Amino acid sequence: MLIDWNNFTPWTALAGGALIGIASAMFVLFNGRIAGITGIMGGLLKPKSGDIGWRLAFIIGLIIAPVVWQFFTPLPAMQIDASYILLVLAGLIVGISTRYGSGCTSGHGVCGISRLSPRSIVATLAFMGTGFLTVYFVRHVLGA
Amino acid sequence: MKKHLSSISVIFFALASGLIFGIGLILAGMANPAKVLAFLDLAGLWDPSLGLVMGGAIGIGLVAFAIAKKRHLSYLGLSMQLPTSRIIDKRLVLGGLVFGIGWGLVGICPAPAFVLLGVGSIKGIIFVIAMLAGMGIFELLESCRKPAGK
Repeated sequence: MLIDWNNFTPWTALAGGALIGIASAMFVLFNGRIAGITGIMGGLLKPKSGDIGWRLAFIIGLIIAPVVWQFFTPLPAMQIDASYILLVLAGLIVGISTRYGSGCTSGHGVCGISRLSPRSIVATLAFMGTGFLTVYFVRHVLGA
Repeated sequence: MKKHLSSISVIFFALASGLIFGIGLILAGMANPAKVLAFLDLAGLWDPSLGLVMGGAIGIGLVAFAIAKKRHLSYLGLSMQLPTSRIIDKRLVLGGLVFGIGWGLVGICPAPAFVLLGVGSIKGIIFVIAMLAGMGIFELLESCRKPAGK
């Protein structure tokens, strides 16, 4: 295995991860909810009264994060190499499958593992596994 | 009046949580799909950074959820809505496996997708629209399934 030391960013990764942890901690301790983006967004697509405001607020918080960031310092690189068609395909796959499997990287990966939930541990192993395999297949078998 | 104030604080903490979550994603490099793919590419020049993102988040999460599990009400007096299911079924496993394929194709998962939307990236916007369409398709399929009974 070759490690890309030039692009390895351990401190910002740990600090960013800690902020994600703090946000999830705040959300469960104050709002009593899991900071799972799939679940929060899914609930907006079949809205119940009294259940819309906090969901919308959390999503808006995510959307304005880069705007707030730019008040202080320029945004780091955010590079999307995928074609438009691949983005549409992957977006559809991610949308359907995360709802079907009741969670994504945030709900299962961060909050679920933190809760020591067996379901979330299994789900995280599943998507990490196919994530690694998919990149292997695309880059080293198809050679894209 | 009290109820009104409490609903404002619910919205405030949801907005602040989303904002801090998003700032964390940007700082960590999770909002950079090229970096996510470099983490998923074990056989290439591997960037292990995102493993530390999970480590940092879960380190704090373990403490927070240990506290949360012992409480019936949140600090704002809301009931704790923690999942209770422990059943590992086909939906969970299949959903996870397929999600990993979509994630591995482009390097974007739902939370960073909304951050990329806020950046105004055309490709990010396209991904979010497709993802929301996917979630909508899921709801349609579910509502078609239910009336027929299981």
